[in-house]
Amino acid sequence: MTSQEALFNYNLRLGDTSLILAQRLSEWTGHGPFLEEDLALTNIALDIFGRGKALLEYAAKTEGKGRTEDDLAFFRNDREYFNALITEQPNGDYAKTIVRQALIDCFDLAFYSELSKSKDETLAGIAAKSIKEITYHKRHSFSWVNRFGNGTEESFNRLQNGLNEIWPYAGELFEMNEVDALLIKEGIAVDLSMLKANWEKEISQLLAKANLVAPEGTYVQTGSRKGLHGEHLSYILAEMQSLPRMHPTAKW
Amino acid sequence: MGVINFEELFESKLAKNDIIEPKDWMPDNYRKHLIRQISQHAHSEIVGMLPEGNWITRAPSLRAKLVLLAKVQDEGGHGLYLYTAAESLGTSRDEMLDALLTGKAKYSSIFNYPTLTWADVGAVGWLVDGAAIMNQVMLQRTSYGPYARAMVRICKEESFHQRQGYELMTHLAFGTPAQKEMAQDALNRWWYPTLMMFGPPDVESPNSENAIKWRIKRETNDELRQRFVNQSMPQIEYLGLTVPDKNLKWNETKKGYDFSEPDWTEFKAVIKGNGPCNKERLASRNKSHNEGAWVREAATAYAKKQNENYEAA
Repeated sequence: MTSQEALFNYNLRLGDTSLILAQRLSEWTGHGPFLEEDLALTNIALDIFGRGKALLEYAAKTEGKGRTEDDLAFFRNDREYFNALITEQPNGDYAKTIVRQALIDCFDLAFYSELSKSKDETLAGIAAKSIKEITYHKRHSFSWVNRFGNGTEESFNRLQNGLNEIWPYAGELFEMNEVDALLIKEGIAVDLSMLKANWEKEISQLLAKANLVAPEGTYVQTGSRKGLHGEHLSYILAEMQSLPRMHPTAKW
Repeated sequence: MGVINFEELFESKLAKNDIIEPKDWMPDNYRKHLIRQISQHAHSEIVGMLPEGNWITRAPSLRAKLVLLAKVQDEGGHGLYLYTAAESLGTSRDEMLDALLTGKAKYSSIFNYPTLTWADVGAVGWLVDGAAIMNQVMLQRTSYGPYARAMVRICKEESFHQRQGYELMTHLAFGTPAQKEMAQDALNRWWYPTLMMFGPPDVESPNSENAIKWRIKRETNDELRQRFVNQSMPQIEYLGLTVPDKNLKWNETKKGYDFSEPDWTEFKAVIKGNGPCNKERLASRNKSHNEGAWVREAATAYAKKQNENYEAA
């Protein structure tokens, strides 16, 4: 694997993770639990789509085969997608969406803060711009986890169920492979093992505050680094890609 | 010094083009008219998120997705300012939502039509927002301050949406034959419903004397409809598309287009609840509201506990 190939794959991983998460979040638009929250979650989806677009643009550039970010988004199959499994999980109820978001925001804030120091200027630039956004996202998701955990019995139960469902997919966020090894050596990628202890600490504090119990001994689901996903992703792509695939020569 | 006559004071303010503010005295029927109109407008924004929202997950490019998502979010934001403006007249969000969800309150009938293809997203932005602006631009100078101020911001954003909608149509009209066909089909379906947005013909329109006196309305339905057709025709011709109206032609004498009236029977049917999507739109709003009940309850319960802890400390 050349560094260019590694960087292309790394950019796809980050771009796809943002794109698929935003695609999921945008399913809430117009259907939120109340208007202010509908607007807030849409705003978060917009930030994450924007980041995904920038990352896929960069992926297309690093690939150097004349493809665009739209070619990458709309003309790859699920086996060629590298989004983290946690992002493709169905939204479920609002508690599950929020707790998924909290786990990801906590990871993302640490990750993009580190990535902003990358030797790759484009990645560092995208990351620097994202820090402010993710800080707000994290404040939003953490405050709702706390509110649900300390709200009503129903909100607590829903939150705990959501956490139980999403938890097995969180560990994969820290998984590294030969792409990471190569790019860490070049000062481009973030060493994810450095982020894990702090993430665990912050999340366990959040869960404690919300009276939640992390499911014990859960097996960590993995596969996305190799393009292996669950059954949900191909449906997400079928919906998202339908129009460009129906009109492959069209410009929009 | 005599007793202040509030009604005279109110009338004199209107006569001087002064702005009425929430704390000012106002006649009951003025207050009621505004609550009804502003809340209907807010409901239209909220229900209007649905037909366009229908295409968010299927937008055909990343840029198009961002533009559409931001647009739908803007509509929600408009709903929010308008609900707030209506609340300044003494109603509550819960009361207004209840009226919407039980089907008592009206919203713009145009949103009871389906968005069948991607071109509909363009047609809604270009034609529907275009027609809305024509109706709303005069409201920027309406007599009630909070409404007028909300409309200044809303009109700005709507003009932006209209340009984006037209841009989308341009991509299609100058795109592949299938894209052009999609654009023409959308125009065929949205043309008459858009013309209906200006309301029934003046001869059948209920007397809107008060609305004009209160500077809530400045032009009649037919005048606005004519202006909309005159404005839209060059845009349609530029796209190389046609309107589904054989009678449409330039009339040199009136310096405007002659055109066919929309089917007013259909208009009345849609208002009565028999449009293609009335039931779905209302069901969708109810579903989100009901499924969100536990979220709102949790937020309230949490806030109450926080207050108790604060007071106990």
